[in-house]
Amino acid sequence: MSTQDKQREDLVATPSRFPLREVVLFTALLAAILGIYAMMGAAYSTRMLVEAACYAILALGLTIQWGYAGQFNAGVMGFVALGGYCAMAFSVPVNGAFWDSELPGELARVLLYGAAAAVLVYGATKLDRLGVPKTLRTVIAVVLAVVLYLVVISLLRGVTGEIQSRAGFIGGLGLPAWTGWIVGGALAGAVGYFIGHICLGLRSDYLAIATLGIAEIIKAFLKNSDWLTRGTATVSPLPWPTPGPAELGFTLSRAIYLSITAVIIAVIFFLLHRAYHAPWGRMIRAIRDNEVSAAAMGKDINRRRLEIFVLGCILMGIGGGVLTTFNSLFDPDGYLPLNHTFLVLVMVILGGPGNNLGTLFGAVAVYLIWIMSEPLALALMSLAVHVGDLWFAWEPPRNIESRALQARVFVIGLLITLVLRFAPKGLLPEKVKHHG
Amino acid sequence: MPLLDARDVHGGYGGMNILNGVNMAIEADEIGVIVGPNGAGKSTMLKAVFGLLSVTQGEILLRGEPIHNLPPNKLVQKGMGFIPQEKNVFPSLTVKENLEMGAFLKPQNTRRMLKQIYDFFPPLFDKRHQPAGELSGGQRQMVAMGRALMAEPSLLLLDEPTAGLSPLYMNEIFTQVKQINAAGVGILMVEQNAKQALAIADKGFVLAAGQNRFTDTGAALLADPEVARSFLGG
Amino acid sequence: MNELVFFINNVVIAGSVTGSIYAIGAIGVTLIFSIMRFAHFAHADMMTFGAFMVLLLTMAFPGAGAVVGLPTPVIMLPLAMVLTALLAVGIDKVFYKPLRAHGVKPIVMVIGSLGVTLMLQGLIRLFAGTSGQSLYMAGERKEIYRLALPFEGVRAPIVITEPQVILFVLTIACVVGLHLFLSRSRLGKAMRAMSDNPDLARASGINTNAIVAVTWVIAGGLAAIAGTLLALDVTFKPDLSFFLLLPIFAAAIVGGVGHPYGAIAGGFVVGFAETLAVFNWAVLLRPIAHHFPEWLELPRNLAFVGTEYKIVVPFFILVAILVWRPTGIFKGKVI
Repeated sequence: MSTQDKQREDLVATPSRFPLREVVLFTALLAAILGIYAMMGAAYSTRMLVEAACYAILALGLTIQWGYAGQFNAGVMGFVALGGYCAMAFSVPVNGAFWDSELPGELARVLLYGAAAAVLVYGATKLDRLGVPKTLRTVIAVVLAVVLYLVVISLLRGVTGEIQSRAGFIGGLGLPAWTGWIVGGALAGAVGYFIGHICLGLRSDYLAIATLGIAEIIKAFLKNSDWLTRGTATVSPLPWPTPGPAELGFTLSRAIYLSITAVIIAVIFFLLHRAYHAPWGRMIRAIRDNEVSAAAMGKDINRRRLEIFVLGCILMGIGGGVLTTFNSLFDPDGYLPLNHTFLVLVMVILGGPGNNLGTLFGAVAVYLIWIMSEPLALALMSLAVHVGDLWFAWEPPRNIESRALQARVFVIGLLITLVLRFAPKGLLPEKVKHHG
Repeated sequence: MPLLDARDVHGGYGGMNILNGVNMAIEADEIGVIVGPNGAGKSTMLKAVFGLLSVTQGEILLRGEPIHNLPPNKLVQKGMGFIPQEKNVFPSLTVKENLEMGAFLKPQNTRRMLKQIYDFFPPLFDKRHQPAGELSGGQRQMVAMGRALMAEPSLLLLDEPTAGLSPLYMNEIFTQVKQINAAGVGILMVEQNAKQALAIADKGFVLAAGQNRFTDTGAALLADPEVARSFLGG
Repeated sequence: MNELVFFINNVVIAGSVTGSIYAIGAIGVTLIFSIMRFAHFAHADMMTFGAFMVLLLTMAFPGAGAVVGLPTPVIMLPLAMVLTALLAVGIDKVFYKPLRAHGVKPIVMVIGSLGVTLMLQGLIRLFAGTSGQSLYMAGERKEIYRLALPFEGVRAPIVITEPQVILFVLTIACVVGLHLFLSRSRLGKAMRAMSDNPDLARASGINTNAIVAVTWVIAGGLAAIAGTLLALDVTFKPDLSFFLLLPIFAAAIVGGVGHPYGAIAGGFVVGFAETLAVFNWAVLLRPIAHHFPEWLELPRNLAFVGTEYKIVVPFFILVAILVWRPTGIFKGKVI
């Protein structure tokens, strides 16, 4: 408590100090990047930077939710996967085997049935307006919903089975990738709206539980809907909106892609900066810091909370789309809570929740460490195996590589707990301005 | 040696001092009553005695032993009992279980004390298997007092025991406080109903702005025209 | 009638099995919630840890069960419970207690518990790998009991396995034990008191640190039981974490957070809902299919969701309860 107070006093006393901390941290980061360029070559390092930039978009999404508003989203992965799916679905070439058959009509018919069934059930829930007793209405609505659901789902299973066996999957739309990014953001925002609408008025823990659940569901859906996504068979390559490596070579094409991500980040950064210092941003922080008094001032708390949660989810969807397109591979199994939720969380809490610059720093720095730790973990593990073999005649298990990577899971977890305890405001803390 | 001796107590929440030098002393068999206007620091003083907020200056002695800034569970061991104004029962526990919690540190006394408490508050015996959350306000206050008495305290602190009760229950509470005191328990209580409270008080402390304004016997304070004019509503 | 037996095997028995496991897990979550006021995300990995301890102990002492005529893993369970309880208390001391002492918001505790989850996951998978392993080893095998029904025309028997019988016995023992502990023992009552009103508990002289420790011991022990029972019923899988967490939280919230008996009911609600949702209802309709009109062709698969979408069920329940009754069916204390 007392150290926090002291920090606040510092910031209030010297509002326009020289940003020494920022300069030092970013210089160190730049040095590290240059070092990696020197060691690993330009193509590898540029790829790493593009990925780090994509993660920075995700981290900015989370810093809005957690840093600005104190909402904890434990399912970043789900929104990333949604964005990735949209990027794939919009950019992959049109699948003639599907569109030239009667299957699109069949699919549309089933979807129409689904919509009609939804309308019917909705109508049944309103039967009490016509004088039907409420219990009877509920029974009718539930039975109707169950029966219609079973009818529609078995029709759908039939059609999707056909699609899978005759056309593989429905393919893409053959549009530029950026259309997919935008729609991916919108879709992620819509799912965020649904979750936020349910959970934001309740205890903050419930939001974490629900987002964790929805992320696993989105992944299960993308993984098992082979007719839509080819499931574990994966879709690749995904066309880039920029000239690909085949035309310009790895380094240059990746550098052009990097410039696109940099523009996206710059735009987001600028808009967030404006919003943060606008009355809207002040209101958000007022709600975070003191819910009761904000409510007493007549603020519509849940509305503001929902706005910010949806905004964060949109950024995660866009970031997921950009990342997936860059990897040129849509693999539902490749979305992992560790890589796409907890790594982002570490970036935010280590960099400085609520501080955009800190978040940006955290994203790039943590991603560098993360990428570099993979060969390190493998080396350490093989050393351990060697020692074990030498001293205890221990026969190492076969899947030693996959186990070695588990050590990184441990480190991420340890990092989260350590940061929470010893640097709860991150390396670049949010600057708390006191008005009046 | 007085039972409780508070000397020049300063303290408050989060660096803001609410108490600016309060003095208070009561003997082992006395009832002390703290009265005063809203915001005078009455409840804050009681909480400072029970270790619920930090005392920045001054000292509080229990039978000559310094106790300020000791945690509440240590104070319970030293024979102090505290009845908060609100949320003073465990609502989902039965009346009997509520009382047992009072004797948590002296489980060997539970049976004997339960009998005494039931004798003292007969309505509690009838409701002993009912969850305390279902009781009326007055009965809850009995449960709260019973819970505190289960530990056989030598000093009982009460924070506005009659707040929100009907006048009928109010008189009953004052009678019970007097009886508890007669059984040899020192009492320190904060009261809004200043006149009635001072009527049973051996010592009265009129606080204002975190300091003693008047300190005397209850009867003397009641008789003092200035006290009457400023604090007792004429 | 054969269809009914099929229903009993696939819904009644399977639902009770998952329900029991969720219930035992959810009790721990709900106790932690009611004492420390945060959703403990590391609970599923504590369950995995308990099962892993049983696995290690069974490896170390194979054949120990033959002495008493029980499967070795069951013999090792008490020891694994002690180890898991110790782990839980240790985790609290090292990671949660400092955060509590700082007076952080509950959501920060949640993030801390996610950090602990990752650490446990990393450690367990580092040593256990990521593939499934059976707890039955060294020549032990799952007894399978087939109970033929004494009705004419019933060919299919009711099938129940030895670990399932053990599971039911242990679940009942846990529930009775917990009930006696909470309603009779001094510590159990103090736990309920602290869950009701922590300030008053402190003012009554209850040592709240001790209560916190007791809570972790119970939650850890129960987690070991739930994890081991799950591993006995199927296999030991180190990577179930989030797939277990959601149904367990759903169970705790359905039952009303902070309400141990509610958590038991919630566990069974979620367990049965899962098995009912993945059950192929076409099987039950088949005997009466010849009464249906010609045009109504019964699809072969009439399950609500495929088994691969099982996780949708607890989520749906969670959403439904949060929308209509966030305090749970038994009115939890903290919402």
